[in-house]
Amino acid sequence: MHVYILRRLVLMIPVLLGLTVIVFLIMSLIPGDPALAILGSYATPENIAKLRADLGLDKSLFSQYWIWLSNMLHGDFGRSYSLNRPVLDEVLERFGATLILAGASLMLCTVFGLLTGVVSAVRQYGWADKTLTFVVLIGISIPSFWLGLMMMLLFAVKLRWLPVSGMYAIYGGGDLPDLLRHLIMPAVTLAVVATGVIARLTRSNMLEVLRQDYIRTARAKGLDERRVIYRHAFKAALVNVIPVIGVQAGFVLGGAVYIETVFQWPGIGRMLVTAIATRDILLVQGGVVIVAASYVLFNLFADVLQHLIDPRVKA
Amino acid sequence: MSNPASSTNMTIKPRKRSARPSALKLLARNHLALMGAVIFAGVIILALITPWLPLVNPDATDPANRLLPPLSDGHFLGTDHLGRDLLSRLLWGTRVSLAVGISASLFAAFFGSAIGIISGYFGGRTDNIMMRGIDMVMAFPYILLALAIVAALGPGLMNALYAIAVVNIPFFARNIRGVTVGIVHREFVDSARLSGKGHIRILLSEILPNVMPVIVITMSTTVGWMILETAGLSFLGLGAQPPQADLGSMLGEGRKLITTALHLSAIPGGMIFVLVMSINLLGDGIRDILDPRLKSGALARPAPVTRIDRSTWDGPAHAGSGHVNGQPGAKRDAEKGAILSVEDLRTEFVLGDDVYKAVGGVSFHVGRNECVGLVGESGSGKSVTALSLLGLVASPPGTIAGGRVMLDGRDVFDMHEQEIRAIRGGRAAYVFQDPLSTLHPLFSVGDQLVEAIRAHNRVSYKEAWQKAVELLRMVRIPNPEKRADSYPHQLSGGMRQRVGIAMALANEPELIIADEPTTALDVTVQAQILKLMNNLREQHGTSVLFITHDFGVVSEICDRVAVMYAGQIVEMGTTQQVLENPAHPYTKRLIDCVPRLGETAREIAAIPGLPPAVNDLPVGCAFADRCDRAADACRAGAIDLDPLGDGHAVRCIKPMEVRHA
Repeated sequence: MHVYILRRLVLMIPVLLGLTVIVFLIMSLIPGDPALAILGSYATPENIAKLRADLGLDKSLFSQYWIWLSNMLHGDFGRSYSLNRPVLDEVLERFGATLILAGASLMLCTVFGLLTGVVSAVRQYGWADKTLTFVVLIGISIPSFWLGLMMMLLFAVKLRWLPVSGMYAIYGGGDLPDLLRHLIMPAVTLAVVATGVIARLTRSNMLEVLRQDYIRTARAKGLDERRVIYRHAFKAALVNVIPVIGVQAGFVLGGAVYIETVFQWPGIGRMLVTAIATRDILLVQGGVVIVAASYVLFNLFADVLQHLIDPRVKA
Repeated sequence: MSNPASSTNMTIKPRKRSARPSALKLLARNHLALMGAVIFAGVIILALITPWLPLVNPDATDPANRLLPPLSDGHFLGTDHLGRDLLSRLLWGTRVSLAVGISASLFAAFFGSAIGIISGYFGGRTDNIMMRGIDMVMAFPYILLALAIVAALGPGLMNALYAIAVVNIPFFARNIRGVTVGIVHREFVDSARLSGKGHIRILLSEILPNVMPVIVITMSTTVGWMILETAGLSFLGLGAQPPQADLGSMLGEGRKLITTALHLSAIPGGMIFVLVMSINLLGDGIRDILDPRLKSGALARPAPVTRIDRSTWDGPAHAGSGHVNGQPGAKRDAEKGAILSVEDLRTEFVLGDDVYKAVGGVSFHVGRNECVGLVGESGSGKSVTALSLLGLVASPPGTIAGGRVMLDGRDVFDMHEQEIRAIRGGRAAYVFQDPLSTLHPLFSVGDQLVEAIRAHNRVSYKEAWQKAVELLRMVRIPNPEKRADSYPHQLSGGMRQRVGIAMALANEPELIIADEPTTALDVTVQAQILKLMNNLREQHGTSVLFITHDFGVVSEICDRVAVMYAGQIVEMGTTQQVLENPAHPYTKRLIDCVPRLGETAREIAAIPGLPPAVNDLPVGCAFADRCDRAADACRAGAIDLDPLGDGHAVRCIKPMEVRHA
């Protein structure tokens, strides 16, 4: 087991390097001269040349990448020009808020996705299955940003059950209940699509598993149906669903961009949107690298979990 | 959703006679998919004819009439904060959203499929490099990469289109590569290569047509997302820039006025939703049609107990085809003290309009400490008979259509589910054929034994574990304490079958139903397992119903034998009677198929022809068409199982000569 985790950690290194290469290459697509963009059109050619040298823009693409990478490895992600503070500080601060939101969503979508899928499979073609299948289809078709707006209007503006937006109340907030009240709507909205995807996959996997010979064996042993479904079938289906939950973590982290914008959640997604609008490229780079790296880590976690459940997976 | 008509799309199409309905017909049968298709087509048509509709200029501002609610005069859907007509903007916006979504989808499909086909076709290093690249792109959270691309290229509708297309390329590349790898070594590709076609021609004329369905499926499942995601980027202000508007940017603008003018965000958002939903409904329908596994309806969930519907059964009194002995009195004598007695068992599979009579009136009994063999070719109904006894036939599509299974004087088919469950693994236990697929792969064998024990006894986990180890020792598994922790895949085939037998013995059953327990094993292991079963029978006095196709195995273990053909017992008797003096021509041929040591010159006679399909059985003898003794009378009507004396019985008008000792 330890060997397996270690091996996976080592294998992660080229993936992380690849991520930085892709981010770097995308950023080098930027048209025009960054030095000119920073200094504005009134800058003198000397100033531009000096800034270009300062920024390392006169060096080859490869050495630019190398400088960027080694700086990052030393914790230097550059300085955000729009916020005038180190990128890493800003990113880490924002990332905490995103982790809370995405973590809560991921929990919601895992629990409800699995539950819906199992119920749907057990009641196959019954009214519960048909209703759930339709609801799930709505869930994966509805634009999350629109759903968020409509929920906000209903639960916060009309019914006043929940706070409209933000992470904490401005006055007298800051404790856990306050956070949870603010978290409910964004977390639910963000979880909807992923719940649908997990539910569909769980349903089809359960149906597949329930046809297997070992389920017949479980029945032939005289086990009661609940045990057959929730122990034998569910465990076998779960092995196939876990990697997809890992993939859903990516959709949740990405989808956070919309939800954070709608609910004014001070997370990294909203930061990215603002940074793109203000063309704060270093901030975008740093944010994307950190979020992508955390996603890679999460997938590693999902793989280890699958490995724990399924004895057949070889290290 | 719940109207009975909608269930038509779930039933299985008849396989014979009528040809498979066309894809369009199948789509029309799926009501939801049809609904999706109609809505989607409607939206497309509206988008196409928008320029010719009598609409106001979508960008014409009218400050005097700003924020009018829907259904206002001259503005059906109201106006926005600049007084622009919302209906006109909605239609023009839909046009843009559709165009962008579909273009992104085509773009992703083209490049993704190209990567997938090339990668799968050339394999090796090309494949490796391309797929590692794709993996890298997939290592990003989906929309994040699109954001990075937009960040680099700058906000704008075209840039959003490229971004969304690029992040969707991996889905196509992976799916298409998978299919390509599957067909690249097929005969038609090889023959194209041998005929001297170049790579490009092979890719275009042989590979592409075969992966097209997968491209279509992937497109139908991703185009909805792509519309959604480009709308999302516009919503964030990173896509369409004013004055250009798509549904997403309209929603983004409307959002600022959500409390004062709800219609400005509700309507464009609702439009995105309807559009994406219709595409997803249609996409699901397309996938169901193109994916043959779903189409066959094989994914139906089997119920815990086979469906029992004996409404058409006219009872055991019916002296029909299924009777063993002519005289009821003699029968009762023979069956006195029988642990299992089966009367006129009928099991059917209903697939569409066809009824497959897998078991068509089977009667037999198993006495105490007796081993009865049920012998037949594959498809003769012997396994279905075995599974029917305790309602383990998968249902749907299986149904017990008639008969009785008497276990200690009670009819199993009259029992409640809980009672049947108590018998399963308790008084009667099964041993199945392939122990790799019949043992749960994710539980240790000890755990699975413990479950079997605890399903019928209130004992602690620890006690049950000790008993499990004892059971493993009893079936002669070496080092049972350690083996109990093993998983099925860590054991050899013979070991797994021993575990299967141990599991059957867990609650000291009176009857073991062994469904081809030795078929998947090699000959030496087979002999060991048979010996084990014989020993256990002697020690515990267990009765055994032994299902097999192998007369060699029968002679080793069985006291009596019933030979099945096309769902019926055609001959029955003691092992000696049947093996030495087969009365039915079919039994005779079957025994002749078994090669014997020392008879090198003997010709192994395969039986010509095939058994009849059980959904299309002849009126008379089912073997008549393959029988060289067949006469007209054989085909005239049902034939009874006639006694020959001493418990030997045969279902044949012209039986072989029987020399009784």
